[in-house]
Amino acid sequence: MLNLLVAVCLTYVVFLFVVAFAADRAARRGRGAWLRSPLIYTLSLSIYCTAWTFYGAVGFAARSGLEYLTIYLGPTLVMIGWWWTLRKMVRIGRSQRITSIADMISSRYGKSNTLAVCVTLLAVIGTTPYIALQLQSVTLSFAAFSSEDRLTGAGNLQLTALYVALGLTAFTILFGTRNLDANERHHGVVIAIALEAVVKLFALLAVGIYVVWGLGDGLTHMIERIDASKLAEFEVSGSRWVGLTMLSAAAFLCLPRMFQVLVVENQDEGHLRTAAWAFPLYVMLISLFVVPIAVAGLDLLPSGANPDLFVLNLPLMAGQEGLAILSFLGGFSSATSMVIVTAIAMSTMVSNHIVMPIWLKVTGGTAVMSGDMRNVALLARRMSIGGVILLGYLYFRLSGAGTALAAIGLVSFAGVAQFLPALMGGLFWRGATRLGAMAGLGVGFALWLYTLFLPSFGAGVILPVDVMENGFLGLSWLRPQALFGADGMDPLVHAVMWSILLNTAAFCAVSIITFPKPVERLQGAQFVNVFEHSRTAGSWSGGLAQSEDLLIMAQRIMGSDEAQTLFAQAARAQGLSGYLPEPSPDFLEALERKLSGSVGAATAHAMISQIVGRATVSVEDLLAVADETAQIMEYSNQLEAKSAEQARTARQLREANEKMTQLSVQKDGFLSQVSHELRTPMTSIRAFSEILRDHDGLRPGDQQKYATIIHDESLRLTRLLDDLLDLSVLENGQVELNVQHGTLAETLDRAVAAAGGAPGPLRITRDRAAENVALRTDVHRLAQVFINLIANARKYCDAADPALEIRVVLQGRDVIVDFVDNGSGIALADHALIFEKFSRLGETKAGGAGLGLAICREIIQRLGGSISYLPGQGGAAFRVQLPHAM
Amino acid sequence: MNRQVLLIEDEPNIIEAISFILSRDGWQVKTHSNGRDAVDVVRARRPDLVILDVMLPGRSGFDILTDIRNSDDLAATPVLMLTARGQRKDRELAEQGGVNRYMTKPFSNSEMLSAVRELVGT
Repeated sequence: MLNLLVAVCLTYVVFLFVVAFAADRAARRGRGAWLRSPLIYTLSLSIYCTAWTFYGAVGFAARSGLEYLTIYLGPTLVMIGWWWTLRKMVRIGRSQRITSIADMISSRYGKSNTLAVCVTLLAVIGTTPYIALQLQSVTLSFAAFSSEDRLTGAGNLQLTALYVALGLTAFTILFGTRNLDANERHHGVVIAIALEAVVKLFALLAVGIYVVWGLGDGLTHMIERIDASKLAEFEVSGSRWVGLTMLSAAAFLCLPRMFQVLVVENQDEGHLRTAAWAFPLYVMLISLFVVPIAVAGLDLLPSGANPDLFVLNLPLMAGQEGLAILSFLGGFSSATSMVIVTAIAMSTMVSNHIVMPIWLKVTGGTAVMSGDMRNVALLARRMSIGGVILLGYLYFRLSGAGTALAAIGLVSFAGVAQFLPALMGGLFWRGATRLGAMAGLGVGFALWLYTLFLPSFGAGVILPVDVMENGFLGLSWLRPQALFGADGMDPLVHAVMWSILLNTAAFCAVSIITFPKPVERLQGAQFVNVFEHSRTAGSWSGGLAQSEDLLIMAQRIMGSDEAQTLFAQAARAQGLSGYLPEPSPDFLEALERKLSGSVGAATAHAMISQIVGRATVSVEDLLAVADETAQIMEYSNQLEAKSAEQARTARQLREANEKMTQLSVQKDGFLSQVSHELRTPMTSIRAFSEILRDHDGLRPGDQQKYATIIHDESLRLTRLLDDLLDLSVLENGQVELNVQHGTLAETLDRAVAAAGGAPGPLRITRDRAAENVALRTDVHRLAQVFINLIANARKYCDAADPALEIRVVLQGRDVIVDFVDNGSGIALADHALIFEKFSRLGETKAGGAGLGLAICREIIQRLGGSISYLPGQGGAAFRVQLPHAM
Repeated sequence: MNRQVLLIEDEPNIIEAISFILSRDGWQVKTHSNGRDAVDVVRARRPDLVILDVMLPGRSGFDILTDIRNSDDLAATPVLMLTARGQRKDRELAEQGGVNRYMTKPFSNSEMLSAVRELVGT
């Protein structure tokens, strides 16, 4: 029998695998529109009905009468009466890319990761008993089939629980973390859940029908039996009814797994419309036969039988093995679907808000972000799934598997209900602040732990018996189940009342006295007024807030100007003005490609899906990490290099400008010099010609003298103009060289003859042997240089017995010709000036305009040589260096 | 009374020409041909008029003018400035320095003579 059960289980699980796999594939290929139908959505909501519902409701009814209805009443009221609140949550969830209830709350309160961590931790604590509950129900039902202890469900269950836990972990990891992609919904999982919803409803209805019409004698007879049973005698406690209804309503909104199917997996807002009537209908059907089964169980089964297992034991007792197995499958379905979705929801929260930030903090400070962050996120999720289920298993082991299912479930409900004030306050009250939410959550959870969770293990297990009976530190008003003297209340109602009351009070009070940060105010407005801000939520659409985030991020990576240009272009392409385009898929792809160039593809993808898609880590964390990446370092180096280049260009421009200014100054100076050099001889010419014209009776000697002056000055003017033209031609490089073969000796002979022709005492010493050097150059131009140098010596050598020595040396490929006189030479300070135009040194004598050496320098440069002043030779010494013809 | 003109100029031919023109008109012409000690010569000679070239070896005519105007004993001496550069900038510089008359080379002899007469105030 047990083997058959295991075989059926395995077959069922394999079937689920196949369905989930097929659905996943169909969805990926874009087929299977029915996968996204409102019916599937409604059925997936049925994970609200867990094994607790399947087995526990009957137990609940057997123990407390109609009270079990409260568990269904709450969600029904929410679905029908709070339809618009749900729609708001769904809209926000889609427009803000919400990934979990922790993400929703943290998002609303300024994307505070601290808050997300708190919610996550509290959700883990709150859901762990619930997972334990599922494991317990599955193991109990297994035990029910084993021959011994069939009716009580005791026995060695731990091993079964472990196997079930491992199997569920495997399934969840396989279908829950196939892909991290922000916009991928878990089609496989959702369809599996929907299928399980059908199985459990069918199973429960089958058992109910069998009990009413198979075991009993039809409906009328059944009603009579119900009237006769003790169920009818249970007194309905008003406070407990109201309390439980509210609690289940709150849990319906706040349970992580409910949030997952209600908001995160939602395909279309419109599905809510169908779900609003279809889900209550489903709940009604599933609760339809609870009372008949409970009554029949109480009647037909021995008094010691566990009411939680009536659903299973009634068919078993009647020998309906097939029905029993169907019933078992229904319970198995309820348990597995709940664990799978809870594990997915919890793993998203744990990995996004706890593991990833820690991982980034640990590695981000030291290592360069090189790897693909998505792999880390996937690993974190898989490990979180394992961790969450493991915790449930541990709780199951610790709590001793004896507590009634309903009690455990209600403890969980009360725990997650603590999210309600922060959640609803965030949706409807813009004044709600992060600190308020934290205060409310903190107070609510502390009270829940103290008044409900810890006592749920039983007095003396965690909380000492003394504390339970006399209060903490012996203060009677701190008794966990009679806080502030509220004695005699039902422990659950007591705990829910105090925790929710004080939670809400703390939330409101702190929100009022604290002031929200800018991000909180922005998010607050987005949440509260979501219908005004968001368009109909599309698959990739988001608000401009996302574009702004993208822009901020892009600016940090690409630089402000480039990022703004890119965004402005995209906005224009979409027909918008300004810098914020709609984050359309096209634009996001373009942006990602752009960013890839700077930070690498993996990081770019993660960054964009971070902002646009579902969060893997907070934006701040990513940016902090991104700032440290090598690529960004490199990018900033490039920026530095660019700015250095700009500085260089600026310097070059400045230098060019200075040079231009300098040239302009030089040109001014040159013109001024030319003017001076021309006007000076003209002054003499004019003055003397006027004297000759106006004054009669000049002495013949004077007349002669003045005419000679006019003549000389005219020659000087001509020479000056010749020199100027010569220099101009040379400087413009327009001079044509007449290259000839010749010897140095011949050239010097010609120069000495030309310059030495004038009368003067200058003695010239030469070394004829050394001068026998072959030249291939413009010998006329070279002679012009030599003439100038000899003439200068003749003019300026101030020795009593002036002499000029011409020395010739061969040095490597060069011929060196030195002209050294025996005068006083040229002062060191003037060495640099003598080759400049108009640089006459000392008192000017008539004749020189100061252009001679400037012309020499130009000529020698044209001839491929150099001329320089040679210091330390006693007198003035000039060195001419020429390449000599080989 | 033979009035004295001090000519500070470095071109020998121009010195000769101006000396001829002025001495024919009855002026006593003293000459000096470098800028370095020109102010000392002015102080020693105490001329009725200084004719000052701008481009002098050793020191610029503008500097000499400034020194003359800044020394109490010489400040009143009339100065006629000669320049061969003829740029407006130079004229402005000279006028700022307190020149009495500014002439550009080449000049006509009669212009020179009348300027000297006018400046000494005969």
